[in-house]
Amino acid sequence: MKLIDGYPQYMLDSIKKVEDKRMENIGKSIEPLTMEERQAVLSQFHPDFMDSSKRAVKVGVDKGNESYNGIVDLLESPSILDTSEVDLTKIDFDVDMLIIGGGGAGTVAALFALENGVPLDKILITTKLRHGDANSMMAQGGIQAADRPEDSPPIHYLDIYGGGHFTNKPELAKAMAMDAPGIIKWHEELGVMYDRHDNGEFQELSGGGTSRNRMHSAKDYTGMELMRNIRDRSRNLDIPVLEFCPIVELLLDDQGIVSGGVAFNIETHEYYVIRAKATIMATGGSGRLHLAGYPTTNHYGATGDGLVMAYHVGANLRDLDTIQIHPTGDIYPDPVIGILSTEKIRGLGAKPINVNGDPFVFPLEPRDVESAAFLKECDKGNGITTPTGMPGIWLDSPMIDIIHGEGTVYEKLAGEVRKFRRFGIDMAKHPILVYPTYHYQNGGVEINEKCETAVPGLYAAGEVTGGVHGKNRLMGNSLLDYNVFGRRAGIYAAEYVKTRTVGKLSLAHIDEYNKAVEEAGLKSGVKAPILLPEYRGKEALARALDIL
Amino acid sequence: MSTEANNEAARQANAADTPEVSIVNIFVMGKRYQVPAGLTIMAAIEYAGYQLIRACGCRAGFCGACSTVYRKDDEQKLHFALACQTTVEDGMYLVQIPFVPASKAKYMIEDLKAEENTILSMYPEIARCVSCNTCTKSCPQDIKVMMYIQNALRGDIAKAAELSFDCIQCGMCAMRCPADIKHYHVGQLARRLRGKYIDTQSQDLKKRVAEVEGGQYDKEIEELVGMSEEQLRGLYNKREIEAKKKKKEGE
Repeated sequence: MKLIDGYPQYMLDSIKKVEDKRMENIGKSIEPLTMEERQAVLSQFHPDFMDSSKRAVKVGVDKGNESYNGIVDLLESPSILDTSEVDLTKIDFDVDMLIIGGGGAGTVAALFALENGVPLDKILITTKLRHGDANSMMAQGGIQAADRPEDSPPIHYLDIYGGGHFTNKPELAKAMAMDAPGIIKWHEELGVMYDRHDNGEFQELSGGGTSRNRMHSAKDYTGMELMRNIRDRSRNLDIPVLEFCPIVELLLDDQGIVSGGVAFNIETHEYYVIRAKATIMATGGSGRLHLAGYPTTNHYGATGDGLVMAYHVGANLRDLDTIQIHPTGDIYPDPVIGILSTEKIRGLGAKPINVNGDPFVFPLEPRDVESAAFLKECDKGNGITTPTGMPGIWLDSPMIDIIHGEGTVYEKLAGEVRKFRRFGIDMAKHPILVYPTYHYQNGGVEINEKCETAVPGLYAAGEVTGGVHGKNRLMGNSLLDYNVFGRRAGIYAAEYVKTRTVGKLSLAHIDEYNKAVEEAGLKSGVKAPILLPEYRGKEALARALDIL
Repeated sequence: MSTEANNEAARQANAADTPEVSIVNIFVMGKRYQVPAGLTIMAAIEYAGYQLIRACGCRAGFCGACSTVYRKDDEQKLHFALACQTTVEDGMYLVQIPFVPASKAKYMIEDLKAEENTILSMYPEIARCVSCNTCTKSCPQDIKVMMYIQNALRGDIAKAAELSFDCIQCGMCAMRCPADIKHYHVGQLARRLRGKYIDTQSQDLKKRVAEVEGGQYDKEIEELVGMSEEQLRGLYNKREIEAKKKKKEGE
């Protein structure tokens, strides 16, 4: 197939219509949907509202509660760990604080635990891949904090709460809004290079569902810039990190208190017993479970391990009957399917446009509503079909240079420009094609404002948790979430370890869970947590022998 | 969109099942595999049957885990790419770099000053740069690596920070440098120095932090926390949307 500027001729024909109406479309304003209209489009087109997406779990503390099928599949599976192979009398690491996950939440927790008196050699971060391999690194658009005179933490709170459809835990939404300015201050002190005006004030944009411009950004590499700084801090302090060693199950002591975990070295296949006075779950999200069959923006390691491990020790989960699909996942060309095109593109003024060159939705609805509107437009036959049969919506990125001046796209969206340039597309000249993609796990392990879970000894922070965002997260609140709650987890867990004594370690809860799964007659065919998604070619897998 | 068609594994399978998709030969560490054209290097290696542990991270071009070196069998030039962001081509001899050994200076940023020789004193080896530009040529992000090292050497921290900003820290620069410079660590230091000491800090933020710490919003937020869903819905629906207001004012 011959491509011109990265597109086949038939797609360029549609682009021509987009170009012809571009000036008119920039001036044309589509009103945001009313609450009733939002509800109507959500219930018809969002996977959260489809019975086929989810079911009630038949085992464990949340028995009877609905979650997405892909998550229930894991909860209804036996453990990946054969407890008879683990000798708990030999302790490999004896620490005050085990932090499971080396992304944003885990690293921030470690920094604040250290600052709050936990000795350096008594902290251990374990991570499945490398330190910093996490969704935190990938967030592009920005981080919210109400620091402008025309904004305030209470206004931010209202945005969080309404965006979450009034299902958030109020104390968690409050923590987010109130801690946010202090977090940005901390970043300033670390040396984060935020986008600023000449007078030093931040350049702040609006995001979907936010009533004030409060999105702080670092070009379109905001997550990367934050994670680089936080990780550099951690490395300068020599905080111990065990890479390529995911925790596969948590340990309890004879009082039923979480007391560390069993790590699995995924390169040598050894296990390590880690005893800890406090354990912080910071394993991130679950995009790689491809819930409801969506492609994902998520990191390779985002397989929901933390949900499974926490559930095995009796921690309850919440709001996993919803997922965040992000309206602007890439859908063309094929190698970028599922990768995110940042919300900042719409924040800067680019509008979603259909095959006929017409706008059809307010560009900055909350993500779930915007996604549903895209799905509806494609369902009406107004999508653009890719050469491999996928429908998509134009995101008219060239509008940005018309609104803000030539060169804005290259300057503000360097990462996006680079991504498309690799495939011959210049997004300053031509629109890009997008379609909803699985972006964020709204719910997870329920916590309180101290990051305590329902099980003593177990704290949690970041995407693995539930309650902060309720059933829908707003843009710019995930980077904020991992900072706010990573910090809180580090501080409160540091307090907890001062009085904690650990009893005899046990994995009996895993045997009991396995038994419960068996007794319920559940046969998912997998073992959980899964640790890595399976992307090997079917032909190669079909011929695999289990010899070595 | 059908569920099946969506996930990556299915996408690979589809590519293989569709008759018109052409097949290319790639060589993974010297071993030949036939894979469908159109896959990324990463997806092609997986299609061939490898389960990646090293050299695979975010799969979207942000993490620097999957730096890949290749040469095509009819070419002189050695290429550097991210496996997740590059499409396979026929005749690629591929190797993925699992780890980069590169010692990093240890510092507490608050103990440093953003002065002309700050970077040089932490990374004296930058003075050995022979301006061969190999670092720039090996950068999968197309960053002007040698330029920012030269800026760091001259003490222009702000410029070094700006030029290195898009660095994903894959480390290919440091692997190729004949002078043993660890460029990506140098860039990290430059950016932190700039962010902390050179860029003007926000006064609005400083003021807001003091207000929050002084309890100025405590009463208002507690009222919101205590409200019924109905009351909150009422307030939420009446919010004034700044972005919309500005538009109406013709901004």
